[in-house]
Amino acid sequence: MFNSLSDRLNDTFDRLRGKGKLTEADITSAMRDIRMALLEADVNFKVVKDFVAKTRERCMTAEVLESLTPAQNVVKIVLDELVELLGSTESKLVLSSRIPNVIMLVGLQGSGKTTAAVKLAYLLKKQGRSPLLAACDVYRPAAADQLATLGGEIGVPVFRGDGEHPVEIAQGAIREAVDKLRDVVIVDTAGRLQIDEQMMQEAVDIKRAVKPDQVLMVVDAMTGQDIVNVVSTFAERTDFDGVIISKLDGDARGGGALSVRAVTGKPIKFVSMGEKPESLEVFSPDRMAKRILGMGDVVGIIEKAQEAATAEQMESAERMLREGLTMDDMLEQMRAVRKMGGMKGILGMLPGGQRALNQMGGNLDETILDKNEAMIQSMTREERLNPKCINGQRRARIARGSGTTPTDVNNLMKQWGEMNKMMGKMRAMTQQMQGGKKGKKGKKGKKMRVPGMAGMPNMGNLMGGGGNPFGGMGAGGSDMDMLRAMEQQMKGRKF
Amino acid sequence: MGLFEKLQQGLERSREAINEIFYFGGEVDESFWEDLEDTLVMGDMGADIAMQVTDDLRDLAARKNLKTAAQLRGALADRLAEIFVAPERDPFSATPSCVLFVGINGAGKTTTVGKIASAAHAAGKRVVIGSADTFRAAAIEQLDVWGERAGVPVVKRDRGSDPASVCYDVLDEADRTSADLVLIDTAGRLHTSPELMRELAKVVNVTRKRASKMRAGAMDVYVVLVIDAATGQNGLTQASEFNDALGLDGIIMTKLDGTAKGGIALAVAQRLQLPIYRVGVGEHVEDLQTFDARDFCRALVGEE
Repeated sequence: MFNSLSDRLNDTFDRLRGKGKLTEADITSAMRDIRMALLEADVNFKVVKDFVAKTRERCMTAEVLESLTPAQNVVKIVLDELVELLGSTESKLVLSSRIPNVIMLVGLQGSGKTTAAVKLAYLLKKQGRSPLLAACDVYRPAAADQLATLGGEIGVPVFRGDGEHPVEIAQGAIREAVDKLRDVVIVDTAGRLQIDEQMMQEAVDIKRAVKPDQVLMVVDAMTGQDIVNVVSTFAERTDFDGVIISKLDGDARGGGALSVRAVTGKPIKFVSMGEKPESLEVFSPDRMAKRILGMGDVVGIIEKAQEAATAEQMESAERMLREGLTMDDMLEQMRAVRKMGGMKGILGMLPGGQRALNQMGGNLDETILDKNEAMIQSMTREERLNPKCINGQRRARIARGSGTTPTDVNNLMKQWGEMNKMMGKMRAMTQQMQGGKKGKKGKKGKKMRVPGMAGMPNMGNLMGGGGNPFGGMGAGGSDMDMLRAMEQQMKGRKF
Repeated sequence: MGLFEKLQQGLERSREAINEIFYFGGEVDESFWEDLEDTLVMGDMGADIAMQVTDDLRDLAARKNLKTAAQLRGALADRLAEIFVAPERDPFSATPSCVLFVGINGAGKTTTVGKIASAAHAAGKRVVIGSADTFRAAAIEQLDVWGERAGVPVVKRDRGSDPASVCYDVLDEADRTSADLVLIDTAGRLHTSPELMRELAKVVNVTRKRASKMRAGAMDVYVVLVIDAATGQNGLTQASEFNDALGLDGIIMTKLDGTAKGGIALAVAQRLQLPIYRVGVGEHVEDLQTFDARDFCRALVGEE
């Protein structure tokens, strides 16, 4: 659906190739691409305007105009500007020496305050503090129950003053914290609309009553253009100190984060990306900028692979390297791919992957995974462990058993053959490495053993073998190269 | 207060922006079209639709010689209203029907179920609520409170149990009491989680199967996406993914009472050709209103 900025800019500059020097008009057309990319990412309109004007100036230098790779230079400038805008100030959570410290969370309905409160409590608990959660949402039915349940799950006490006024609950929570020797109080407030005067006043009252050390605003990563109105009112009334961006585990670009920064100047402190209490991360401007531009989240892929990999899988990956690939391993890998969101999900995260997907018509035949799984499950134990023994007769039986055709089985066998060969090559490589430089063994060897990653180069085979015309992977691959080249360029040059 | 007045009130801020660009002296000039496009983009309808609408309007203005602000405003409202699809049948009034509410976390599913249950109960329907959000803490309790307020029974199981089984139970209950309207709340999930999407597909399947075997004959099952009006361009991806996985029948847009313009509704309606059943314009039960495309667009562009 979305074209990443680098794809777009490449297209634009492809058209201009052969013109020799770029002109001002060419830069203008590139700026239009940047504008569209940012708008698609939900960056607020006015923010986009300012940003583009500023970036345009920087792009009008000889460095860009005369460069052989203007697209990459422009992308780099845009990225730099974004990173700077997103995170030039301190984004750590600053707690004072006061006991108890008070953190107050505010935000719209459904932005994820309660979840964020629990995640924050969990984080503080892990840092050796003893938090207390205060349930000040007295409006939404069962909001206090939700907080109590979640608090119970992470072992953090919850103060709930059922039936009382939110201000009193907040004050009561602080007294409770003093009595029970808790050193941080996290005040979870009700969701409120910025135009609801009465509710905004309530937030101000709570703030005045408990004098929080930090007021954090929770902002949904999926919010659109209106975010500017929301945060400016909240900033004006509650004068919050920082922002938590929630629901970043979705595929929203999160351009709102940029708008928030640009409009209020408040730092983004955390990003929240999942249902589990530990999924609250410190904000990284670099990753956010790349995400806004749709540049592919390579770090995200690695993290996802690691998340999906269990200790057992790590072991089996090692065994695979030692003894060759069995059908069970293949099954495992296919399941791992599926866990990570299927081919589509993984490809979509790769730089240029979205383009490769679109070239294939936006649709990947994921049923091949089902078929392969059925075939492997129709094999005997012996066949799975030693696929070489699968002869014509056995193939016919497997096809019958799994409701596929012998051709399908042949394809599967071919894939296995190729993957096994690849595994052999990797084995040779690791052995070389282990033999050659003993000192480095630990580090490099470990990298190779992440099973999800070991499976990555083979995915083309997994799919290609199923009669899937996989011409698009080439484009994806070249974009990967481009990114690498770009990163090297960035490292090499000093602007 | 009717929907139109409510919307007018809710969309006041966006109307201000539109009003500003309609205050032009004399002729319509190039900057008017640029400003119009910008303002539409600000309404979250996406740059594509904004451009398309502006271009169409520009053509129309040239052809029909529209010059005054009032003429252009009317034409704009008409053009925007064209994008929406009218529902063939409203599942909440044309009963018996069974409606599943799906959507991402925090879109307002549970609240919507509560409000619709109250309204339908007040309209004399026999309503049953199924709380198939067995994941989020206190979701069941929240729905219980709504059921109590509305005087509607809530079928539930313990937190952590299989949501599909709750759907089966609630339809059993509906069958037993011959209810008109079954409302099922599901757990919020992001469309990027394939496992959760598969779980939801199963929930829908089980519901469809059970609903086809009711004593009083098959009950129609509707899958309705609940979407927050403040959602940006990601709303389009959300709607497409949910539609691919479940086959959506329509949309309910919530929280249109802020300053959000709900332009994403236009984008979704255009892309997926889905009708909008209700819009939420306030906190109260009666603020969840039937959607009228023409009214919505008139309120959006500030036509009197």
